[in-house]
Amino acid sequence: MSSTKLILQSSPHLRDDDSVRRIMLTVLIALAPATVASVLMFGTRAVVVLVLAVLGCLAFEAIALKIMKKPLMPYLTDGSAVVTGILLAMNLPSGLPWWMVLVGALVAVVLGKQVYGGIGSNPFNPALVARVFLFISFPTAMTTWPVPGSDLFGMGADVATAATPLGVLKTDGLAALMSSDSNLYMNLLTGHVGGCLGETSAIALILGGLFLLLRKVISWEIPVTFIGTVFAFTGVFYLVDSSTYADPLFQILSGGVMLGAIFMATDMVTTPVTRKGMLLFGFGCGLITGVIRLLGSYPEGVSFSILIMNGFTPLIDRYITPAPFEDKGGELQAP
Amino acid sequence: MSKLAELTKGLWKENPVFRLLLGMCPTLAVTTEVVSGIGMGLSATFVLVMANLVVSSMRNVIPAKTRLPIFIVIIATFVTIVDLVMNAYAHDVHKSLGIFIPLIVVNCVILGRAEAFASKRPVFDSILDGLGMGLGFTLGLVALATVREILGNGTWFGMPVTGEGYTPFLLFVLPPGAFISLGFLLAGMNSIENRRKAHG
Repeated sequence: MSSTKLILQSSPHLRDDDSVRRIMLTVLIALAPATVASVLMFGTRAVVVLVLAVLGCLAFEAIALKIMKKPLMPYLTDGSAVVTGILLAMNLPSGLPWWMVLVGALVAVVLGKQVYGGIGSNPFNPALVARVFLFISFPTAMTTWPVPGSDLFGMGADVATAATPLGVLKTDGLAALMSSDSNLYMNLLTGHVGGCLGETSAIALILGGLFLLLRKVISWEIPVTFIGTVFAFTGVFYLVDSSTYADPLFQILSGGVMLGAIFMATDMVTTPVTRKGMLLFGFGCGLITGVIRLLGSYPEGVSFSILIMNGFTPLIDRYITPAPFEDKGGELQAP
Repeated sequence: MSKLAELTKGLWKENPVFRLLLGMCPTLAVTTEVVSGIGMGLSATFVLVMANLVVSSMRNVIPAKTRLPIFIVIIATFVTIVDLVMNAYAHDVHKSLGIFIPLIVVNCVILGRAEAFASKRPVFDSILDGLGMGLGFTLGLVALATVREILGNGTWFGMPVTGEGYTPFLLFVLPPGAFISLGFLLAGMNSIENRRKAHG
């Protein structure tokens, strides 16, 4: 008898050297331009929010792991808490009271992630869960936007505040928006507008998105269909009545569309795994965002749209499954 | 099971809110403040005791095939009494509970006890069961309402408890806050229960 053993192993059989840590590091690098842009626009307040959110996420992750009697390593150092922290900060206004940032970190890590069993098991994007929790709990504080570029080194509570372009559009109408800023589109691109830390510079966010695409951490389907659907949906309204509805270019550059489409709706854990599923996911996000913005009572709907589609993800993955050894041009291929 | 155990099982071991997870609709809906929680809990307790009493004493004459509609008619009778009495003597609570008072008719704690307990057991046991379950239900509602009223409004029984500088978490008086609070209370109860079991 030969002593050679037949080794049986379950899938996956194809592996590469990707690890959670490596992916998280790539995401952090991709977030760097937008983070720098937010600090340039909002100064020390942005730094405070960023630092508190990241440290808060790390601390609450450690406490949650301790309470659930799980090992601290490798969960604490895999970088996921840091990414959640930065994404959370990106979703908050820079003038938010410090303790609300910590509450957000607690909600993101505990309610958004650890109650479901930790990384990889959460159905909803943790940073968005925290953002919506804060938004519904503290509507005033979460919609008080410091003016970018003003009082860069200030720490106190008194800073000039202004509405976001989407807020102006919702409450005062299109004419007020257009007359409020003569250089609106340039400012939207560079980030010189009011909003959350990460709702500012479209250029910085797109740069990060291109880097993620290049490193194959995300694929094009969700961002493109998300942004495309917002563009198309708002475009139809603009064509019908251009005196009430803002043009589609403004719609995709303002608010959280870029941040959401590139960094939040592409989260591997909470979005579909198949290409068709991703197309559907992106379309749904774009449609819900458009509906909330144009027909709803809130000025912005990106975070709600992504959370709602997160809820649909298991259903999408259940019904859109790739056929194994799909017939491609008469030749059998591995999926 | 001793008579005392029939009474006390509803408080913790078979608590309708935290252990049996029955009657979730009023549990989640009326616990925005402690006062309405108590109002709902005591109304349900009265209906439970009376429905258990009547169902148990009629258990030998109710035909098995039509028992559910008969239970519902019995329960609805007592709910109507609660509805009218409350409207007359506790009008404010009645107004704040609104539709949830008539809805006690379909509260599954009450139908559940009629079906699972009162229709099979002697009258006195059924009264004790109804009383224990009702008080357990009230306890559950008060616990949940305490968390939600303090966090979401900064008050307890309408009295301010958190001091001037507190910014209430609006979310906790809204429906998502009910689910989140209930989830954490359940987790806490389960954790205590597991520890008790582990230590014998």
